[in-house]
Amino acid sequence: MTPAIEVSRVSKIYRRYSHRKQFATLKSALLSRSLVRNLRPDETFTALNDVTLTVPAGRTLGVIGRNGSGKSTLLKLVAGITKPTTGTVKVNGRVSALIELGAGFHPEISGRENVFINGIMLGLSKREITRRFDEIVEFAEMKEFIDAPVKTYSSGMYMRLGFAVAIHVDPDVLLVDEVLAVGDEGFTHKCLDKFAEFKRRGKTILLVTHSLNLVQRFCDEALWLDAGRVRGSGDPQRIVGAYITDVEASEEQHLAAADARAQESAAGSIVSPAEPASTRLPDNPVATTPAPTDMFRAAEGRWGSREVEITEVQLLGADGQPAHVFRSGDRLDVRIRLRAPLPVVDFVMGIGIFNAEGVCCYGTNTSLEDLTGESLSGDAEAVFSIEALDLVEGTYKLDVGVHKADGYPYDYHRLLYTFRVKSQTKDVGIYRPRHAWTFGGGISFRKAAGPQP
Amino acid sequence: MLRNLAQLPRYRGLIQSLVARELKARYRGSVLGFFWSFINPLMLLLIYTFVFKYVMPAAVKGADPYPLFMFCGILPWTWFASSLMESSGVLISGGNLIKKVLFPAEVLPIVTVTANMIHFFLALPILVVFLIWFRAPLTIPELLCFPLVVAVQFVFTLGCALILSALTVHFRDIRDILSNVLTLWFFATPIIYPYMNAPDVAKRFLNWNPFAHLVISYQEILFFPGPFGHWKWLVALGIGSVGLFLFGYFIFDRLRDSFAEEV
Repeated sequence: MTPAIEVSRVSKIYRRYSHRKQFATLKSALLSRSLVRNLRPDETFTALNDVTLTVPAGRTLGVIGRNGSGKSTLLKLVAGITKPTTGTVKVNGRVSALIELGAGFHPEISGRENVFINGIMLGLSKREITRRFDEIVEFAEMKEFIDAPVKTYSSGMYMRLGFAVAIHVDPDVLLVDEVLAVGDEGFTHKCLDKFAEFKRRGKTILLVTHSLNLVQRFCDEALWLDAGRVRGSGDPQRIVGAYITDVEASEEQHLAAADARAQESAAGSIVSPAEPASTRLPDNPVATTPAPTDMFRAAEGRWGSREVEITEVQLLGADGQPAHVFRSGDRLDVRIRLRAPLPVVDFVMGIGIFNAEGVCCYGTNTSLEDLTGESLSGDAEAVFSIEALDLVEGTYKLDVGVHKADGYPYDYHRLLYTFRVKSQTKDVGIYRPRHAWTFGGGISFRKAAGPQP
Repeated sequence: MLRNLAQLPRYRGLIQSLVARELKARYRGSVLGFFWSFINPLMLLLIYTFVFKYVMPAAVKGADPYPLFMFCGILPWTWFASSLMESSGVLISGGNLIKKVLFPAEVLPIVTVTANMIHFFLALPILVVFLIWFRAPLTIPELLCFPLVVAVQFVFTLGCALILSALTVHFRDIRDILSNVLTLWFFATPIIYPYMNAPDVAKRFLNWNPFAHLVISYQEILFFPGPFGHWKWLVALGIGSVGLFLFGYFIFDRLRDSFAEEV
């Protein structure tokens, strides 16, 4: 059996012209006889680098990768819209590309006429369109608007009609570029059903998407592109897993870098410009940032007398290594290093977790938990351990502080430490209680084929 | 190139429906609709007739009745000039198609030239009314040549349109240059004045203007009495036009791969 799509050793190099070229006129180009030279690039950008892949007929391949990794370029090459710089692309059978829906709709004429013209552009004959017309309109849910000019359509209607036409071209090879975001939930399901029908009928599908869930559930194979190269291909579960790990690693790096920056700027004794120096408390001579009047509204920053100093805060994962990305339910240790140049006896340590909206998810301190400070001098270390981080997916920030029992701050770090919680389950809220479903009587469920949390 | 050229007939249906769309969309939303195809040339006619009948009649001696004379030239010119103006921007405005759909780009300039030809045809009934009204000296053999002139003009215009549309993708300033060039070209063509009134020096230049021969052919067939003596020029121009078309297609084909990235 011949493969439906064969891409062998394909590279695509885009040219980037320098600024000068854009303003060059034909006249100057002709005069300096540089017409040919000007058409040559000054700089190049390699969108795809030596990519090889084969999709056997009837299989569904999901292409994943970060933005700018070359996914869409690959799709355009397979569709034949652009030509590879080197290498060959072979496709067997009629191709329909869902790259931009409704490309080529003319705003002034009616939906009906546009369906016909769009269909012809996509390679149907007039008779074929007439035969499928009702089906197309039915699918797009556009019955009452089909005779109105397209310019009066909402963007959702526009996309739906475009999708309906493209899907009814009856291709052997269907190329889909992240178009499932059109329309409401119901329409998305309809699209997925249509794809499933394509699969059943033995058509080949190449799917570019950011929805990893969809790849795992729907594709026979996955291909991971990274900066124009194939990082991996094969079993969707495995490839998606590897991709997620990689994304987490780079997020980890970003958060670590952001953390370092935040601490650096806080340590740099920045006095918030909003508060004039005169409002500083006189008995607080070494304050860096004055304490805000309303703690819960304060932005990130650092303030306090520094009689006790928080020298380092580290987030540690289950393995004891510093981490910034956690899975919901993971262990999280917050290690706090302190230094008190002179011994102090009146001190309370506190910690707070805030989500991205600034909602306090949890806050506590040693005094609330009936621990009364006895002595603190020289270097010290405290570890705040969370056995299971039962938070929903999102970005969270930490407050860490040391203060007197009456609230007088020694050193307060406000929202300076960031971590992300990842979860395969897209549940909502803040807190995920440990939970389970049990059923009895005449009720039963089937496990989705998708990933388990 | 030749393989692509051979594909052209396959796009017949596509070209047809795009031309139909073009015509429908153009006057959609205007009160008078496609009557503008009549009104526009009539307006032009009125203006030029006023200028040359009453303001400076000396320039157009020997071209009587002047409205009929001018009409023979202005209609083909409008077809030609608007085809070129529109095709210079057609790949850029159709960028969505070229970038997002597998679409034969040469269809776009072809559609532009064809749609403008239909406008030309739509205005012909007025010309017929004029011909009858002024009792123009028409003969059957001459009239049979008329489609031939139209065909030559079509191929010639198409060749220009292909080159312009392809080059404009890389040099956007062609559009601005073009409008000036077309103004010059208009006055360098015996449309509003008869060829024989031009001074001898100018005549030598006029002979180098391909469009002058088209206009003179139209005028000899429809306006001037006597046999169609200009046919030799027309045949030569016809051969040249085919060459121009092939050259235009060659350039278009060479630049084709750059369109998806440049528009």
